[in-house]
Amino acid sequence: MSLKRKDLLSLAPLAVDEITLILDTADSFKEVTGREIKKVPALRGKTVVNLFFEPSTRTRTSFELAAKRLSADVINFAPSSSSVVKGETLLDTARNIEAMQADIIVLRHSSAGAAEALAQGVKSSVINAGDGWHEHPTQALLDLYTIRQRGMSFRGLRVAIVGDVSHSRVARSNIYALVKLGAEVRVVGPPTMMPWGVEKLGVTVCHNMDEGLRDVNVIMMLRLQLERQGRAQFPSIREYSRLYGLTAERVRLADSAAIVMHPGPINRGVEIAPDVADSLSSVILDQVANGVAVRMGILYLMSGTSS
Amino acid sequence: MTTYMDKPLERKDEKLILDSGDIARALTRIAHEILERNKGVTNLALVGIRTGGVYLAHRLAKRVHGIEGVHIPIGELDITLYRDDLALRKNQPILRKTSVPFDMANKIVVLVDDVLFTGRTIRAAMDGLMDLGRPEEIQLAVLVDRGHRQLPIKANYIGKNLPTSRDEQVQVLLEEDGEHDRVVILKAG
Repeated sequence: MSLKRKDLLSLAPLAVDEITLILDTADSFKEVTGREIKKVPALRGKTVVNLFFEPSTRTRTSFELAAKRLSADVINFAPSSSSVVKGETLLDTARNIEAMQADIIVLRHSSAGAAEALAQGVKSSVINAGDGWHEHPTQALLDLYTIRQRGMSFRGLRVAIVGDVSHSRVARSNIYALVKLGAEVRVVGPPTMMPWGVEKLGVTVCHNMDEGLRDVNVIMMLRLQLERQGRAQFPSIREYSRLYGLTAERVRLADSAAIVMHPGPINRGVEIAPDVADSLSSVILDQVANGVAVRMGILYLMSGTSS
Repeated sequence: MTTYMDKPLERKDEKLILDSGDIARALTRIAHEILERNKGVTNLALVGIRTGGVYLAHRLAKRVHGIEGVHIPIGELDITLYRDDLALRKNQPILRKTSVPFDMANKIVVLVDDVLFTGRTIRAAMDGLMDLGRPEEIQLAVLVDRGHRQLPIKANYIGKNLPTSRDEQVQVLLEEDGEHDRVVILKAG
């Protein structure tokens, strides 16, 4: 089987075997990233453009490294240094990039649906690297890869996703994929941070963290978006931290072999206690390391010619 | 799971070239030739090309052990990322794992494949191998050489030279893949 898609915009429409194919392919690239010479010629002559309209270090670097290790040429486009400040529209920017023979465009944008709109307008493959509050499919795929790497199987896996679910594209992509793969997903957080009707995605909602963490195999923390503070979602950081911060005692409520995940960047002492972030159950740095292999897998699978 | 025991010995649309006995004898001879040429097992290693070559490499290693009493290192190589047609394909082929769990420096590496045809796979395999280390020497063992080379590549050890026409299909079927051991030419149509 192969991934018969021009673009990777969202995990919602992906079939289970497509997700499995991506994870299996990433597994082969994991071996490449462990070599002394971490480069293979698979994407020689292809051009990957990182088009990031939002600040990002981790995701952009990860995509850049992945593309370079596949021998593709990489161009990084940032709005502050480009014609976007001169008023060019997203589609015009992308068409100009495409005119320079870009094969794959990796897009990060603050508006939900930006990747989809772009994909319809250009012939290049588009990979969504985060669009507004909508989805962040490659982050969820690397999360799934990290879970699988720990020898856990998805069917019946108990996962708690904790934090500001309503503003989290990471949470949304993970929910779509985990539910599809047969995991039992709980979303944990204050009512102000739960999207309306989230139960319809097949998850259970829990407002008490201690209850939410009981016996889970995976604790997936979300970053508290401090820049949103003052929008009446929570009274104070201190109160939020007391009610929904992950401490070592709370980790003990979960399964004894549970892992702690976080998409980064972490707010130490806010949503996650420093000793938990650095503990043995934390796989946060594994997630980052696996991100390169997973993105290599995705770039490889998307690199078929469109003609 | 179905095993080779459930499968027919031979299908109607194929012409038998080597049966299981022929394959076994060819591999035994190749094992002896490898040892003779390299004067024993010192610094010797086998690397099979996925998928058929991996099975054959394991069979050769077993024979080498039977002759010399030594387990020589075995690696498994997936050449997909080194194919010369990747940029032209619409859908990318499935990637499998490469595992060469030994240091190739100063090693004589015998690449093992089932069928030698255009030579493009072997070119890819040599590039892939070189990215993993610097072997002292690379040799090539194949079960079947069917000719029609498109690159200047030649095997050191050959199970059977098989003259074919370019559009014929040669298949090596092995027990490890749930088939009766045999080499066949598929009849056209």
